Amino acid sequence: MLAIVDSGGANIASVRFALDRLGIQSELTADPAIIRSADRVILPGVGAANEGMRKLHERGLVDCVRRLTQPVLGVCLGMQLLFESSAEGPTETLGLIPGRVDLLPCAPGVQVPHMGWNTILSGKNAPLLEGIDAEARFYFVHSYAGPVNAFTVASCDHGTPFAAVVQRGNFCGVQFHPERSGVAGARLLKNFVEGRV
Amino acid sequence: MLARRIIPCLDVRAGQVVKGTQFRDHEVVGDIIELAQRYRDEGADELVFYDITASSDGRTVSTDWVTRVARVLDIPFCVAGGIRSLEGARQILHGGADKISINSPALESPALITELAHEFGSQCVVVGIDSRQETGDYFVKQYTGDPDKTQATRWRTVDWAREAQRLGAGEVVLNCMNQDGMRQGYDLAQLKLVRAVLTIPLVASGGAGTPEHFRDVFREAGVDGALAASVFHKGTIKISHLKKQLITDNLSIRP
Repeated sequence: MLAIVDSGGANIASVRFALDRLGIQSELTADPAIIRSADRVILPGVGAANEGMRKLHERGLVDCVRRLTQPVLGVCLGMQLLFESSAEGPTETLGLIPGRVDLLPCAPGVQVPHMGWNTILSGKNAPLLEGIDAEARFYFVHSYAGPVNAFTVASCDHGTPFAAVVQRGNFCGVQFHPERSGVAGARLLKNFVEGRV
Repeated sequence: MLARRIIPCLDVRAGQVVKGTQFRDHEVVGDIIELAQRYRDEGADELVFYDITASSDGRTVSTDWVTRVARVLDIPFCVAGGIRSLEGARQILHGGADKISINSPALESPALITELAHEFGSQCVVVGIDSRQETGDYFVKQYTGDPDKTQATRWRTVDWAREAQRLGAGEVVLNCMNQDGMRQGYDLAQLKLVRAVLTIPLVASGGAGTPEHFRDVFREAGVDGALAASVFHKGTIKISHLKKQLITDNLSIRP
């Protein structure tokens, strides 16, 4: 069973529908027992990092998510929450991946939010990206981003480089929205569900 | 590099996609789900659905078609028209829309932009601006969904765009009313002025007639996206052909 953590965010319906299109059953839940017993967990989220953390605290899910040992995929804000802290709030986040999430700087020709379809650069063998064309574009919509470091699987560039796909052990995350990224996004979700992490 | 977006706009009235010229004389052009899927297959980067009667009738968008669209689409979409509260926005976003766009309600109550941005994040909050050229400047119009109810506002277009950004908007869609439905090209001069005062993405709307119009608005006005309706609905321009042309023109485009 795949559990989608009900973090109160707005893109939860889209993630569920994307899984439905792939024929994958999922359960939207804030129940720690169900989340702990799931084969895989998706942590979605849209909105501000401090609000996202507040909702996880309110539902008593912070320690539950931190201690998960099955594959976990954070999407957009859900990925940002995997880092140690965020300048948005500012707030302490889950601390599962080193680094601080910061505001993307804007510049002439570089608008923030970073909104639209961008390519990613993958430096290493990435099971999550298996079968996905190197030129494929993914749909991004965010103003804050995590740093490129040892746990970056793929980076993206919008005026400045930032982490697009991260992984540390069983925890992985994507800054873009696979549920809104056409064929490439669907393949990434399929890779996650089929255990290519 | 981030791709410039091609965005078909579907004006929705009573559950059907319609299109008029200069906001008048609407004719039915097709079913919402059918058109949404067709544009996705042709390579649209994003879709915008405007419930064009909701705002001027004092109604909100019905959310059942929003969820039907969210189930089938694997590209982002934005819903506009009649959203005037946090609750109304929440229903549409929870229904599966990626963004909501507000126009007349933001003019009635600019604080709504900030409330929406705080609750859902700026990236979900688009401000639509209907702008008309008059006496050598550009001015914002309100309630443009119904020609009998359209009103002038106190805002100059550049001032309102700047204010919307300050209040927390994550994107501006600028509809240049003089050009709308005329297929004579986007209003490059006006879009350039607005581009210069914004650091958030700007989407051009109104006037697309040929592939060259898209090339020009990206190159000359520096917009992030170009929205069009009739040229796509009537098949005058095929999105797949348009994109090939723009790639040949050396623009960053998602094939």
